[in-house]
Amino acid sequence: MNRQANITDKMVSPVNRDVFHDSAHKHVSGEAVYIDDMVEPAGLLHVYLGLSQIANGSIKSLDLSKVQSASGVLGVLASDDIPGSNDVSPTGKHDDPVFAQKIEFHGQPIFAVIAETREAARNAAALAKVEYDTEPHITDVAAAREANYPFVTEPLTLKRGDASTGLKVAKNRLNGQMRVGGQDHFYLEGHIAMAIPGEDDDVTVYSSTQHPSEVQHMVAHVLNVSSNAVTVNIRRMGGAFGGKETQSNLFAAVAAVAAKKFNRAIKIRPDRDDDMVATGKRHDFLVDYDVGFEDNGRISAVDATFAARCGNSADLSGPVTDRALFHADNCYYYPNVLLKSQPFKTNTVSNTAFRGFGGPQGMVGGERIIEEIAYALGKDPLEIRKVNFYGGDGRDVTPYHQQVSDNIVGRLVEELEASSDYQKRRKAVLEHNAKQSVVRKGISLTPVKFGISFTATWYNQAGALVHIYNDGSIHLNHGGTEMGQGLNTKVAQVLADEFQVALDSIKITATHTGKVPNTSATAASSGSDLNGMAAANAAQQIKARLVNFACEKYGVKPDQVRFEQNKVRFGKETLEFPDFIKAAYMARVQLSAAGFYKTPDIHWDREAGTGRPFYYFAYGAAVSEVSIDTLTGEYHVDRADILHDVGRSLNPAIDKGQIEGGFVQGMGWLTTEELWWDDEGRLKTHAPSTYKIPLASDRPRIFNVALADWSENREMTIRRSKAVGEPPLMLAISVLEALSMAVASVANYKECPRLDAPATPECVLMAVERLKGAEHV
Amino acid sequence: MAKIRNQIRFRLNDQLIELDDITPALTLLDFLRLDQKLCGTKEGCAEGDCGACTVLVGRLSGGELVYESVNACIRFVGSLDACHVVTVEHLKSKDGKLHPVQQAMVDNHASQCGFCTPGFVMSLYGLWMTNPKPSNNDIETALQGNLCRCTGYEPIIHAAQSISKNGKVDDDPLILERQSVKRQLVELSDGARVEIHYSDELLIVPSSVEDLADARQNHPDSTIVAGSTDVGLWVTKMMRNISPAIFISHLEELHGINTKNDSINVGACVTYTEMQGLISSHLPQLKEYWNRIGGEQVRNMGTIGGNVANGSPIGDTPPILIALGATVTLRCGKKQRSVLLQEFFIDYGKQDREPGDFVESINIPLPAKGDVFAAYKVSKRRDEDISAVCSAFKLRISDGVVSDAIIAFGGMAGIPKRASDVEAELIGKPWNEENVSKAKASFDKDFTPLSDWRASAEYRALIAKNLLQRFFLESTDGNSVTRLNRDKAA
Repeated sequence: MNRQANITDKMVSPVNRDVFHDSAHKHVSGEAVYIDDMVEPAGLLHVYLGLSQIANGSIKSLDLSKVQSASGVLGVLASDDIPGSNDVSPTGKHDDPVFAQKIEFHGQPIFAVIAETREAARNAAALAKVEYDTEPHITDVAAAREANYPFVTEPLTLKRGDASTGLKVAKNRLNGQMRVGGQDHFYLEGHIAMAIPGEDDDVTVYSSTQHPSEVQHMVAHVLNVSSNAVTVNIRRMGGAFGGKETQSNLFAAVAAVAAKKFNRAIKIRPDRDDDMVATGKRHDFLVDYDVGFEDNGRISAVDATFAARCGNSADLSGPVTDRALFHADNCYYYPNVLLKSQPFKTNTVSNTAFRGFGGPQGMVGGERIIEEIAYALGKDPLEIRKVNFYGGDGRDVTPYHQQVSDNIVGRLVEELEASSDYQKRRKAVLEHNAKQSVVRKGISLTPVKFGISFTATWYNQAGALVHIYNDGSIHLNHGGTEMGQGLNTKVAQVLADEFQVALDSIKITATHTGKVPNTSATAASSGSDLNGMAAANAAQQIKARLVNFACEKYGVKPDQVRFEQNKVRFGKETLEFPDFIKAAYMARVQLSAAGFYKTPDIHWDREAGTGRPFYYFAYGAAVSEVSIDTLTGEYHVDRADILHDVGRSLNPAIDKGQIEGGFVQGMGWLTTEELWWDDEGRLKTHAPSTYKIPLASDRPRIFNVALADWSENREMTIRRSKAVGEPPLMLAISVLEALSMAVASVANYKECPRLDAPATPECVLMAVERLKGAEHV
Repeated sequence: MAKIRNQIRFRLNDQLIELDDITPALTLLDFLRLDQKLCGTKEGCAEGDCGACTVLVGRLSGGELVYESVNACIRFVGSLDACHVVTVEHLKSKDGKLHPVQQAMVDNHASQCGFCTPGFVMSLYGLWMTNPKPSNNDIETALQGNLCRCTGYEPIIHAAQSISKNGKVDDDPLILERQSVKRQLVELSDGARVEIHYSDELLIVPSSVEDLADARQNHPDSTIVAGSTDVGLWVTKMMRNISPAIFISHLEELHGINTKNDSINVGACVTYTEMQGLISSHLPQLKEYWNRIGGEQVRNMGTIGGNVANGSPIGDTPPILIALGATVTLRCGKKQRSVLLQEFFIDYGKQDREPGDFVESINIPLPAKGDVFAAYKVSKRRDEDISAVCSAFKLRISDGVVSDAIIAFGGMAGIPKRASDVEAELIGKPWNEENVSKAKASFDKDFTPLSDWRASAEYRALIAKNLLQRFFLESTDGNSVTRLNRDKAA
């Protein structure tokens, strides 16, 4: 093997160890193959999409003659060329056309060009003559509500107690509104698909997707063929973050239609700008809240509405807005509560999954309520948080009537408060600000409680396929996809641990709908929970057969058969694992198994708004300290301290990477990442030159990240670990609140600055001016 | 007339490349990925902002071989004559051992999805070769042009700090082969003009400034390509035809920096990186500002001449140059003329140009004794972002009274422009808080800024005033803390 051996390759009990990402050596050498790097089939053609130039209306005429006749062009595709259903809606609502006739957002795909080169296709796409009947458009949530725009999907209400009476009788009451911006995924590898036609109806699609099974089904619908004719493959993505959960469907479908039509291999890869314009993002929210509370800050009632910019179609807006409501409580008990979602249609690209899936927007709304109470009472928001934590008599039921039975937030916050020296530093910040200088500081500690499981209960299942070849080498396949999160590494660790063999005897293989069918999206942080269990199940089936074989062949009892250190021990005898496998093969033992897992004990009645949608909760807490420049609004994060709960970690190094990365990504969402539409409904922040994600120099100057190593999952998850993909993103709410405190200092903390997100330098400066103008002191 | 060669020649890793049938619009990235099938270099954005396509380009500069990180996505192959292109594929040793930079990235768990990783490896390689023990600040500066969406950067910084544990710079192949590569590049620099006709497109690499002047006069409709940090996007984003294209970044005569007592003269192709030393020694007031221009790759490619010639209202250097009273020398054939930079910018998209001319050099008077000078940039993200507003202030204060003032802004109008009403309000008056406050109101007479995705009109108007305030505070109390100091944070 032409690679440098990693020190972890030889580990046989690799769980809970810092095993390197299985592809690390290929990442650094440029040898990791992404779809655009694959050796191209002979005769490969390229497709490029033509996008609408209006935000709302219909196509009066579509003249593609110049496109057709452009150099290198073989043909075009429009809605009439689709053999099956012109729809890639993931929810079956038929509201997501492949090629639109009724235009609902600026940049909506309306046709495609097929050419010899990508450049030729792209150049030709610009030559289309399209006449539109333009209608007025709405891009903004508030305007959509004002104009009575429809919902794209059924809203949700969560209700417990009597919020209305609770608010009326509360000692204190306040209300307000918060705007929470969306976020582009900015995966470094943009969308891409390559389709290769086969015989009969067959087509094989390489798709950069988190959800190969859905791509398979969508391609089948669009081609009007059975799912068994379509095979979808993905070895790795260059980042996804939710942006490739449903958004890959369209690209795969277009590639497949073209492949079948021209009987040639087809590749589609939009330019970054088109990718950002034409694919969905995190939902923007408008949160209206009304809260009643006691003099000590304890909440007595909350009534809040979460209106979302869903874009032109439902996509995943239903479950996303549901999850916003599920997290509006964060770690706090609301005795009387009424939460409503409003999933508004807008003339913007349909928003979609993004790490946290609505949870962050719900949680940031909940934390704003805490902040408001703190400023109203003149207290440290941390005090308000503590008096509202779940726990104590009858105070452990969420607005969706699930009991919080694994709460560790109290201990996490207590430990972090001490380890980060929070109280002393807060005092120093207050003293600094008292000097009235241009640079102001803020500090904030915020907690996270995040529910783990798909709220679409049927998604909580997974499969794996494990083969042991007769030389003892192991082939691992599972339904999850690798997007950088280290899922394959973790599942391989589990498998190595089951068989007690070295990691490097396990081959991780591309996700493939022909190997494991009917998979769920790798999403909701569930990848290792589900697929780790499925792979363990497959291993256990094979092991059971091997134990049986050993008992028969060597006359030992089952408890005398041990897998250890690349060997199999039975009674007093030992065989090297490959030798033992060879013997089993010769005795005709089946050395392959399909594993399966489904999460137990979860149920959810959406109509009633009650159930146990989450198998367990993951917790965390962060302290952020920031400095702001009150002349320009610019800022930086001086320090962040994080204590996060991943249960018993499968791989502390990978988990730490998820926490650091999630925090910085969350920080970007709440600070510099701004989506901006012009009056024509065009997204103008559609490339890294205009859309600013954090840089190395934006990360906290001091960044202390620790795992709560005493935590273990109370549920029987894989090796008692907890999911880690999404929860850390919300730790960055501490940055927003620290900025808020720095702003509040200019008015002596008498007024809640009500910083909207993203708190760009402009947003910070304008808040400084507003508070100065209000003349507190 | 110089002799003509119909071929671009350069070294790619350890191979000589000779091309005689390329369009001037061919980018290095497309050449690597589509033609050479070197797919380690990735396309993330095709506009020089994400760094996934980072490669090193070695070139002769003053007789030395210098390697710099550049964005292959907006670098044209036409600009690579007699250069050495080094891609990520070149780093592993023949026996398959990872390079010290690569090993450090692995050891520190510094890749997740891995797509940005080759770009980071190349940026860090470029840094490590000249700076094997970089400070935190050095590392961040070198990585300003590289985006990672997965890791939060922390492990990448740790990797950068630990590269030297895995090997010595002196043992690095590019250092060991330096002499032979240099010889080869010297040989390739044969003094010929390169001309490639491709279909109806024309690519010219002139042999000298004389030759450039000729070529430009013969092709007044040509696109002059220096650093290509702007022209690159004309091709990759606007799909514009840039033919006939004249590539000039290799012309050593345009890389000259001449320092006199009271002024400096810089050639049009001097890059931001090449200016770095001069900034430290002669214009230390600009040190912080300078590293906020683009990212490292863009500073390695982008030129002062280009920043002026493209006439953008949000270029980072024009306000500075205007405040310092710079003049630009335009050359047309043998004729040269000098224009005060503030007069060069006539209107949005319109500069004082003649057909067939080009920007040859810029003369920058240095602040005199008694001048107070400062420049400030405000952007949504601190580094590698286009200005919402950029500004430069130069005041002469005699006996506490403002005797002269130049205040120039970018981002406030259709061109880089002076705040003449504010200047007039300040001149002749004592430099004090009261007069500064009064003068601020005049910004509203000078400018009617626009609202766009970078900033609203209100915000722009407000920070213009606040930057004058900052300038006042800093000029009157050197100890006052008026800026964020990242190095002293926490």
